Amino acid sequence: MKTQSAFKNGEYIVRISGDIDHHTTLGIREEIDAGLVTNKPKRLILDLSETDFMDSSGLGLILGRLRKCTEAQIGFVLVNPRPPVIKILRLAGVEKMLDIRIL
Amino acid sequence: MKTLKNKAKTQFLALSENESFARIFTAGFVRNLGVTPSLLADIKTVVSEAVTNAIVHGYRGRDAESSLVFLELKYYSDKTLIITVTDRGCGIPDIEEAMQPFFTTDAEGERSGMGLPIMDAFSDSLRLTSSPKGTRVTMKKKLL
Repeated sequence: MKTQSAFKNGEYIVRISGDIDHHTTLGIREEIDAGLVTNKPKRLILDLSETDFMDSSGLGLILGRLRKCTEAQIGFVLVNPRPPVIKILRLAGVEKMLDIRIL
Repeated sequence: MKTLKNKAKTQFLALSENESFARIFTAGFVRNLGVTPSLLADIKTVVSEAVTNAIVHGYRGRDAESSLVFLELKYYSDKTLIITVTDRGCGIPDIEEAMQPFFTTDAEGERSGMGLPIMDAFSDSLRLTSSPKGTRVTMKKKLL
């Protein structure tokens, strides 16, 4: 797993490559949350176009960030999740709660 | 009558870095069985969920050096894959409660509570046996 992040025009963009599982979520969570504090963005964008695998730990990560962003009135967008990731979001019934964009 | 075509078994310490090992081991086992990318994703997901449960819940608070997770894969002539994940941890106190979507004993750790419901939905059948001596999850998946 690898993350790359950028901050521009009030948008904090985090690209997660590789696998999002229980082992990798803690590091991703800490990095994103630290970036939210440092950058104070208007919008958090999680780019999942290079996320190869995600299980329910990743679902917890996404829902946790959604909750955090909602509380702080920060927009939250998921970009380009692959079909297996969409399948997990759909099964959990949270797909419609999220702003998902296929670019 | 169905016959056993292949079988593989591994065991590893209850360390979170072994979650990816379990998925890679499983992907290697099914590699030549003609599974679609979508089916492979389902199989990797159920293995990851079961192994994560053993590590996070079964062996919670225990020393990982003496905690083992067992993963067994069996492939039968009727194109059925049987996945069994076993731990010798503390067991699940209430299976019915654990099966409920979004039920979690670890909300602070941002566990989604969707592990068991996902395993149930992504496999053709799920059998769960648990006691204070450990938990065994057996999942069946048709590779068609």
